[in-house]
Parts: sequence; structure tokens; C-alpha cells
Amino acid sequence: MTTTQIYMIGVGGQGIGLLAEVLAHAGDRAGLAIRAVDTHGLAQRGGSVESFLRVGTCVFSPLVAPGEADLVVALERTEALRGLCTYARPGGRLVWYETAWQPLAVRLGREAPVEHAAILARAAALGVTARPVHVPDLPDTRMQNVAVLATVAGLGWIPGIAPAHYREALTALVPPRAAAANLALFDAVLAASGADPA
Amino acid sequence: MAEPSLTAPEAWSEIVMGNTAIVRAMAVSGTRVVTAYPGSPTPEIAEAIGRIPAGERPFFFEFSTNEKVATEVAFGASINGHLACVFFKSVGLNVAADTFVQLSMMELVGGMVIVLGDDPGCNSSQNEQDNRHLARLCYTPVWEPMDPQEVHDMYLEAAAWSQEQHMPVILRLSTHVCHAKMRVRSAAFTPAPHNDAPRFDPAAGPYLPITKLVAPLKRRALEKLERTREKAETTPFLKVLPGVPGTRRGVITAGLPTASLLEVLEGSALGQGVEGPPNVLRLGLVHPLPVRAVTDFLRSHDEVKILEELDDFLEQGVVAAAYRAGLSCRIRGKEDREEWIGEYTPPKVREILHATWPELIPAAAPATPGPSPDAPSVDAPSADAPSARAPQMCPGCGHRSAFYAISQALAAEDITVADIGCHTLGFLPPYHMGQVLLCMGASCGIAAGLSLFQRSRRVVAFLGDSTFFHAGLPGVINALFNRHDFTLIVMENGTTAMTGHQAHAGSGENFNGPTTAISIRDLLVSLGATVREVDTYQQAKLTQLVREANEAGGFQVVIARHPCMLAHQRRETRKPGFVKRQVRILAEKCDQRHVCVKQFGCPSFFLEPSGAVHVNADLCIGDGSCLQTCPTKAIAPPAPVKQETAPTKQEAP
Repeated sequence: MTTTQIYMIGVGGQGIGLLAEVLAHAGDRAGLAIRAVDTHGLAQRGGSVESFLRVGTCVFSPLVAPGEADLVVALERTEALRGLCTYARPGGRLVWYETAWQPLAVRLGREAPVEHAAILARAAALGVTARPVHVPDLPDTRMQNVAVLATVAGLGWIPGIAPAHYREALTALVPPRAAAANLALFDAVLAASGADPA
Repeated sequence: MAEPSLTAPEAWSEIVMGNTAIVRAMAVSGTRVVTAYPGSPTPEIAEAIGRIPAGERPFFFEFSTNEKVATEVAFGASINGHLACVFFKSVGLNVAADTFVQLSMMELVGGMVIVLGDDPGCNSSQNEQDNRHLARLCYTPVWEPMDPQEVHDMYLEAAAWSQEQHMPVILRLSTHVCHAKMRVRSAAFTPAPHNDAPRFDPAAGPYLPITKLVAPLKRRALEKLERTREKAETTPFLKVLPGVPGTRRGVITAGLPTASLLEVLEGSALGQGVEGPPNVLRLGLVHPLPVRAVTDFLRSHDEVKILEELDDFLEQGVVAAAYRAGLSCRIRGKEDREEWIGEYTPPKVREILHATWPELIPAAAPATPGPSPDAPSVDAPSADAPSARAPQMCPGCGHRSAFYAISQALAAEDITVADIGCHTLGFLPPYHMGQVLLCMGASCGIAAGLSLFQRSRRVVAFLGDSTFFHAGLPGVINALFNRHDFTLIVMENGTTAMTGHQAHAGSGENFNGPTTAISIRDLLVSLGATVREVDTYQQAKLTQLVREANEAGGFQVVIARHPCMLAHQRRETRKPGFVKRQVRILAEKCDQRHVCVKQFGCPSFFLEPSGAVHVNADLCIGDGSCLQTCPTKAIAPPAPVKQETAPTKQEAP
């Protein structure tokens, strides 16, 4: 099989690190080679935070090239458009959590906020399949990343990784006190997608 | 999450980043003393060390006050017979340099590994200096791993060589080697028994490099380096990776560019295959150069490209080796200025190879409108992408209150000098505090120079508390000693926040436990400085104190303190019974002047297209530092809130 190139983007503090870690471990549990790398340091302080993951059989570098990502995973609306414009390959896929952490330029009135429709229009122009995620009654905003993870699992958007692999990785990596709630959310979103839970 | 023990003697296999893999190698190699100063991309090494329970940690670890001291502590341990390691970021070597340049002349009986986190591409540094030059300056060998597995494996080889030769060695990492993750395997090992007897023997040296004693010490250093050249020829990390049979083209590379090169030649990145890939000579040590292996490789090729990140370090050695051997092979070094700049990512390597051999390596496919292929960064311009989202101070950050208050005390023509730390972010809008920046602790010296011959533009220098102890103090003392005329604002948040909340000398704890906090205020007072101090949440008072200091003239200090709220909030949310508190906007009082959004600039405020302001429930920590900024008192004090998601009008289909 070929390598799946995944580009993840969010705002510092949204939990992209855990999402990336779970995806990497799920790939490993599926028997695939993984190379991954996260943003660390100052950029995490409220700036755009990106994470790269390459999953497959012949992988050397963790870095994904702009315009080459098979899958863009975003945790926020503005970052979704950014990921789409910079890293998605034509014909690729985008999943994003439908929330907004307003960038400074918007708050200063220098730029208009990114609208949901703009993401869909841009995705259509690129031939990218786009899927927003929003769970209205989420018990904890820190679980938005798990809702996104379950959506990726439900859609089968990373070839070779089954829902069971994601579930195992989630169980291994989420702190025990939060594990039950996160697994319940994962299963609920997965079930809503109609995917085979195995 | 439970992490399998990094120190257990059993075989070990985990998905880890390079910064964790190296700690396993420290344990396996019997490293006994490890020192550091925090700096990206290396602080996660200490985080991995910190996850080993103190009782199981097979070595002593400390964060020293700066890289120079850290190097000296490791050196002292090494000449007492202990295998020592010091790690820090790229520019940390500049701070350590005065000590570092002496090491190769010393008989390091315990061995010593210097781990450098270089930063091609400036992910988190003020330059992308190529530290291979400093290694050559003082006859120190350099190993360069390409991925976390090699970080582990090369540490073991470098440490063993250092122990055997009693010489310093460098393991040179770079940002995406430190932070890359993969499954890393480590064999079972037998922990070496600790010998904690002091073994320092002056006769093993001499350790006094004074006048006529220096020449024999230098001679010995050069002899060790020459022996290491043979190591560079025979290390298993030196590999020839065959290309298409019969090819007369070759590439010489090392370190992270190797992974990018393999991705271009063999992997499936970038979606296009390569016709007739060249042979590759991959070096394990980049200094000293394995001249025999290099000349053999050159001899069997007509044309060889040197693929190296940053400067033409290998190129100079390879060209000299070819000249001495009388070889006619065409050597292709850096042929474009851009080859000196930035990280060698797969797209960058493809671009360089395409420029070298257009018929062999196809150009990158015309990608979607996005950043240029050599700059895979969210900061890169793009026709359609939203403008870059720069880092900013966290909700509740005391620095925000400080900059908001201080800006009201300054005249437009006043000059503000930044230093390194989270408070560097004050240069961004809406604060624009900090107009010049060099390096750690430089603000006071720069401010002193800016204040000469003039009184019309008050100079204000910023300095963080960890940086105060690191390299800031000499600049402060100089200001007093030479009677300089500027205001120093110490941004005291009690921690080394930017690199992940490491304790410093003023924190009251060190890596290993409680210690006496050194009070910056008391220290400054004892030096004879005039010190004013206030919590930054008292914004009006801070404004007043800065005005007073500036009007008083001469060297004045204002300590603007507030504990790091990111660290505070993380501690609070983990406590049982934690109740989330937030402010909210009283719509009936809000007349949409937007001071909270546009001048105070807390990211928790969300501006609706209608002009209404909301509080983002994902972000507000209920610190209440914003209340005083609202001219119409339209921000209600923090109150407990039910957890809810961010305000968003659109539901997913």
C-alpha cells in the first residue's frame, strides 16, 4: 500500500498533540510504519500548531509537503481553511471541528472571519471531500479532538487503520480518569457515522 | 499515560520522539551526570527524564542557570570519572563557548557527550547557526542522526568513543530529529555498577592550559581527532546506499537531509518516482571527514552532489580531499544562495536535486496554490489562506496586563528593548512593546547603548526572570557600575514559561526538589538598584510606577510580577472539585468600544460581525484581569459556568 500523508492543524491549546499521538499509535497498532512530528515551543502559545503524520510501508521523513496531504485534520474553522489552502492535495480530504478561535486580525477588524461556506467552496474548487464535525452537547471542549478522531475512523479515511486500532490507542493514551468519557464519545460519533464498529 | 520504563534493563520498543529515545540511550550507556539549560528543540529531553521516578533515575540531572554553567558541571563530573552529558539548543553553544572551546584539550576520563539541538529553519530560534563550525574550531567530533532510532544508536556509539578516548563528542540533533516520532528499539542491557568514588587525578591532565602547557594539550587533542577520523571511516552509520546499477552520479549527505533524500528517491512522497536514482554516501560523523570513504566514493563517480543543510561545511572538506587525491570527479556543492537557508525538507531536497539533475529528478508537481515548496510553514504566504495566526500570550497572562499598562506610560518616541522569553511576544500587535532583540540577557546592554547622549527618548528594557539569572545579571550590574540611564522592567512570572515551565533560581524549587528561592528584588536592592514592584494585574499602579521610574531618570527597575497563568490553570484544572469560572459581557452596558478586544487583546474575546463581543468559553480562565480595561464596566466578574462549547452559529450538517 502507499503512504497516507496526514496534516493536522489547530490552535495552540486545542489538544492537537493528543490527536496526533492517538493517530500515530493507531497506525502502529495496525502494523504500519509511522513517522510523525509535532510543533513544540513558543508556537504553541495561541498560534497555529501543526502536526505531521505519515503512515504506510515505506516511510523515511515525518514531514508532509505542502499540497500533498491526503488528509487534512483541523480543530478550528480558520485553521481548516488554512490547512486546505496550504497542505491539502487536489482530490484529498478535509475534516474539521466546527468551532472558532478568532484570530487577532479578525478581532482587530483587519480581516473578515472565515465562514463555514468559504471552506466548503474552497474544498469544492480543489476537489477535496470536506466534512465538518460538531457535537452540540459535548461535555468538555477538550474532547473535540476525539469527535474528529471518531469521524476519521467512521469514514475509514486512513487506509489500513480500523476503528478497533483507534480505540486501543485512545485507551492507551488518554489519562485513565478521562478514558471512559472519551471512549463513549468515540463510540457515539462512530455509531452515528454508520461505520462497522470493529 | 503509563510509559514503559526508559531505564529497565529489558529490551525496549516504543513510539517516541528523538528527545525521549536519547534518555533511554543515557541509561543504557551508563551516563551518570546530565545537565542542561532549557531551549527548544531540546527541553523534552528533560521532560522524559522527569517521567522516570527519582529513585529509579540512574543519573543526576539538573537544569543549570545557563549553558556555560551546565557545561562546566558536566566537565567537572567527567574529570571525576563519570560519563557526563550536557544538552541545550543551538545558540546555547554560544553561551557555553568559553568553556566548550577548552574541552578538547582536557583529558575527560569519564567521557562527555554534548547534545546540540540545532534549528535549521528557525522554528524557535533567533538564527539558524551551523554549529559544525564550532566543532571544527575546537577539534570535537560530530555525529549526526537522521531519526529517533539513530539518536539512540548514535548516542551509544558517541558515548563509548568519548569514554575510550577521554575526549568530548557532539551529537548534533536538529528540530525535526528531536521531535520526530517513530518506533524505537533498544536492546536489553546490563546496568553498569555505579562507581561514585571521586577519581579526579591532576596527573591525568594536566588540567591547567597556561602558556607553554597549551601546545602539548593541543597536540593531544589533534591526535585524538585524527584517531576519530578512522572511527568515521569504520562506523556502521557510514553507508553507501546503492542507486540504479551502473550510475556514475552520487550524493554525499548526512543527518536529517538523509531522510528527506530517501523520501525523494525511494519513498512515495511527492507522488512522483525518480528515474535512475544516484548512489548515496551517508556519513555518520560529519567531523572529522572520513576522507578515505569520500575519495573512494568520488573516484567511482563522474558527478557528486553534496547535499547538506545550512553551510558548505562538508563541501569544503570534500573538495579539498578531491584536490589532494587528484580526482577529476565533478563536485556539485551549493549552487544557489537558497541552498544555504532553511531546513532540508523533502520538497526542498527535491527542488535542489531537480536543479542539479533536471532530467533525473522531476520538478515538484504544481501543487495547490500554497506556500513555496521550500517553506512548508503556516507562516508562508498563500493567495487564499488566512493570514498567519501568530503565537500570543495566553488568557490571563500577566504579561498582557503588563504591556497594556506599560504602553500607557510611554511616549510614542520612547524606545523599548525586548529580551528572550514569552514576553518577547509583546512586540506583536496590539502592544508593540519591544523593538529590538538580540539574544538571552542582551536587553540591558542594548538599552545602555541606546541611552547614551540623549534624554529625549526614554529607553525601556524588558527582561524575564529566568533570563535574568541566565545572562541578564551582568547587564544589570553594568548599568549600575557605569551609571546608565534607562528603565528595566523585570517580567517576573516565576518560571521558564516559554520552554515548558522549568524552574529557575527564583522559583523556590529545582528539578530535584525544593530549594531556597533567590529573590530578584532582594538581589537588586543589595546591588544598590532602585526597585519598584507591583503585580501586573494592578494595571493603573504599574502604569504609575513606570511613569515614576521614567521621570526619575537614571537606572530604574520595575518588577512587573504575576505567576504564569498557563501553569497555574493547568494545576487548578487537575484539582478535584475544580469549578470553571469565566467573565461575561453585559450586553446592556457594552457600547462596543472594543478596548477589551483591540487594545487589551485577550484572545478570549470574540468579536461578532454585528460588533457585539462574546467571551469564548473554550478560552476564558476567569482571571478577571480584563475587568479594569472596560470603560463602561460591561465585563461581569468571573463566575462559575456550566461547561459549554464555543459560541458558533453553524451546526454541522
